[in-house]
Amino acid sequence: METVKINDITPGDLPWKLRYDASRCTLCGSCVAACSFRAIEAKVERRRMIFSEGDLPDPRARFSAVPVIKQVNSLKNYCRGCGICEKVCPNDAISPVRNPDTRHPIVTRCAGGDSIKRGGRKNITGSPRTLDQLRVGRISQMTDPSLDAQRHTFDMLAPFGRTLPAEELPLKLGSDGTLISSGQTPPVSWIYPVIIGDMSIGALSWRMWEGVAMAVAYLNEECGLPVRMCSGEGGVPSRLLKSRYMKYMILQVASGHFGWNRILKAMPDMVEDPAGVLIKIGQGAKPGDGGLLQAQKVAEHIMAIRGVPKTDLLSPPNHQGLYSIEESVQKMFLSFNAAFKFRVPVSIKVAASSTSVSVFNNLVRDPYNIVGGFFLDGIDGGTAAAHEVSLDHTGHPIVSKLRDCYLAAVSQGRQGQIPLWAAGGLGKTGDLAADAFKMMCLGANGVFTGKLILQMAGCIGNDQGRCNACNTGLCPAGITSQIPALAYRLDPERVAENIVNYFLAMDQELKKLMAPIGNSSLPIGRSDALVAMDKAVADRLQVQYVC
Amino acid sequence: MCRIGAIKSKNYTHPSKALLLMQSQQKGHDNSGFAMVMQDLGGIFEGYKHLPTLSMACTDEGLNLAENILHEAGFRRVLQWVPETFPSDELDIIAMPNYVFQTFSYPKSCKNASQEEKEELLLDMRLKMRAVLEPEDQGYVYSFWPDVVTLKEIGDPRDIGTFFNLWEPNKNFTAKVITAQCRQNTNYDIVRYAAHPFFLQGYTGLANGENTFYQKNKEMQSNLHRGYIGFESDSQCFLYSLHYVHRQLKWPLKYFKHVITPLPFTELNNRDDAEQLMVIRQSLANLEINGPNTIIGVLPDNTMFTCCDAKKLRPVVVGRTEDTVAIASEVCGINEILPDRDWATDIYPNEREVVVINEELEIARWKQ
Ligand code: SF4
Ligand code: SF4
Repeated sequence: METVKINDITPGDLPWKLRYDASRCTLCGSCVAACSFRAIEAKVERRRMIFSEGDLPDPRARFSAVPVIKQVNSLKNYCRGCGICEKVCPNDAISPVRNPDTRHPIVTRCAGGDSIKRGGRKNITGSPRTLDQLRVGRISQMTDPSLDAQRHTFDMLAPFGRTLPAEELPLKLGSDGTLISSGQTPPVSWIYPVIIGDMSIGALSWRMWEGVAMAVAYLNEECGLPVRMCSGEGGVPSRLLKSRYMKYMILQVASGHFGWNRILKAMPDMVEDPAGVLIKIGQGAKPGDGGLLQAQKVAEHIMAIRGVPKTDLLSPPNHQGLYSIEESVQKMFLSFNAAFKFRVPVSIKVAASSTSVSVFNNLVRDPYNIVGGFFLDGIDGGTAAAHEVSLDHTGHPIVSKLRDCYLAAVSQGRQGQIPLWAAGGLGKTGDLAADAFKMMCLGANGVFTGKLILQMAGCIGNDQGRCNACNTGLCPAGITSQIPALAYRLDPERVAENIVNYFLAMDQELKKLMAPIGNSSLPIGRSDALVAMDKAVADRLQVQYVC
Repeated sequence: MCRIGAIKSKNYTHPSKALLLMQSQQKGHDNSGFAMVMQDLGGIFEGYKHLPTLSMACTDEGLNLAENILHEAGFRRVLQWVPETFPSDELDIIAMPNYVFQTFSYPKSCKNASQEEKEELLLDMRLKMRAVLEPEDQGYVYSFWPDVVTLKEIGDPRDIGTFFNLWEPNKNFTAKVITAQCRQNTNYDIVRYAAHPFFLQGYTGLANGENTFYQKNKEMQSNLHRGYIGFESDSQCFLYSLHYVHRQLKWPLKYFKHVITPLPFTELNNRDDAEQLMVIRQSLANLEINGPNTIIGVLPDNTMFTCCDAKKLRPVVVGRTEDTVAIASEVCGINEILPDRDWATDIYPNEREVVVINEELEIARWKQ
């Protein structure tokens, strides 16, 4: 008899256990080959069988060695519940089962002495989502007819860039009684109100990134939807930098400045300006934390694009040398504005926080009018690698904070001067149109989304702890992996097709929401169109409470 | 539902015409009130065109308070007209004790004041009177402006006409420009201030419709000018935007249309003036309107215009004779007061035009 070793890791300690039916298994090996985490392996079990062959009972024992598939008892190669084994099994012999008794959060810390890291999404779900407590409750009938989503035209564009108050516009009256321009205004582009959020070409596999970029080009050129994509911090392939598709890209600069070398070098050869520059100060999924690309994901092409060796790539939590908001405005914004000769809107992304309104107020009052967008990122989103404790316990929900910023602008008569873009768990239920619409009613000019794009591509992760292994470089869907064998699981054309179709569906759904409230342009700030079924939510967001 | 109407004439016209214009459209409104603004006044006011006239409905105490405010500021009354009223239990009207139409001379301190300074003073005085009378419901100050009188009442328009004896034409109480509307704000609380036409510093606005961008407009306008107050009706927003674009920004009238119903981006980008229209649309996105609307407006120089929402969801028609132009929500109103006109020349404005009537009664149709 074996002694009990209480601290040995067994499947009971891990978040997922495998259901395996040896009687159905043909030992084809597909599951073992497909599991990118090496969480299962082929093993041989010793079996004892009692049998009797004669007319009278004559029990004998026979021992045999039987090949089976077994779960690996390891904190490194543990099962993520991704279900790829189940997908490839021809006989339904194996599938992961969630283990409610997991000791994983404890044993991992005890064994490693290091914080737990994982792919970014919050996995603690508490109260129901605020956005689900809101409905579009002001329906046009009788006096103001609703519109027809199919028949009427809708103007569904959102501003990206700094807007001046009317009295500061450089317009003067010409001799023929029309207004003529007498100076320059900050650049503003009107784009689709959903930006594909900033996911870098190191975080994503090159095939995934290519698929997204293809979708964006197709949406612009074939579907007439001016959707923009933000590069994330990590550079852009030179070929794209010098192509005409650059105009659909918002370039991101973050505290690591990864990839900017190459961007700066490509500038003389650029044939189109980028759609904008987004300076990332913080992100909602792990506020106060910098970027993290673990060495296992720093493949050769990533080293080239970013100009770095193979090592853990950390963007510091802060922009070095950034001392104050005023300074950030003057230094960073001026230099990036100047880099593209004031033709390209420069915007800022911060993590939603108790202090967001003061940051926003400072920017909205900046006398240089050079902050072209305030991207506010709340919890519940995120695709990047992060510490579990940050993902699960830091950050601020987006809904009330976005509303606070909008109302702060309203109280100063400055609404719309710095467009507000919101993100953080939007589209979590799969329905981005509804979430985006409600956020616009609360004051957002538009929204940005990342995680949902991965899900469109085929990510099987979820908010209940399934997969979330984006940081490992072993993405079973080939979305966040730089390993060719995994990346090739993903078909970029299929990714593009899925994204395009989702956007087309969402576009129709947005119209379906605009029509009943009788609006042909986006309902920015139309909180009167919303009702809340929760009193606290209603009071906090200043919308009508209904029951 | 609202119905709106307006008359602009070369001759001084009695308000009975406006009542007739509205009366025939009565199936479309709900007979809950009558309100009108008269500009370019004839009759007893004709000799006082350059001096401000106070139009107010109030209690005795309210009258005292208002007069004291004006006297303290140095205004002196030069003309007073108290309309003769004919109260009767049969009439559907919720009358106020006093209807005040008084013309004042400017304070001595204004002797060298510019036109602009006087205009600011008149607005300040009206806002002050309104603020003092409002808390205890002692009265409603509708306008305090040269060559303008305003009347607003709750009740059946026919009975209101009878009460003020407005059905009987006479030469004492006339104007060349009259805008009228026959409905209280029955969607919400009945407040006298909520009845259009609304008036601010020479600008008059009235509308038939529902402004579904009311909240956006209101949130924006509240910070734009001290005169943009009340917001008892979503239609006030049209007047404030008109005042802001034309008076504060000093942009020509056509830009009002570009502000409230901007061209779709696809059309806008193809125009020669795309650059200007784009920055206007960007900066004044919060003054855009949505929902079904027809607007009638009058500018300080008595130019009258009408325009519609971007989808033409509300009707309006303009008819004319040699000496009179009438605008109404329904053509039956115009048939009533201009029966002999050539109806073939009636104009049904489309969603992208502004119909403008100038002092010579020339009608221009501006394409946006
Ligand atoms: S569920 Fe995924 S991680 Fe778990 S064994 Fe199957 S393939 Fe491997
Ligand atoms: S992106 Fe890949 S690794 Fe990340 S959760 Fe989705 S499937 Fe798993």
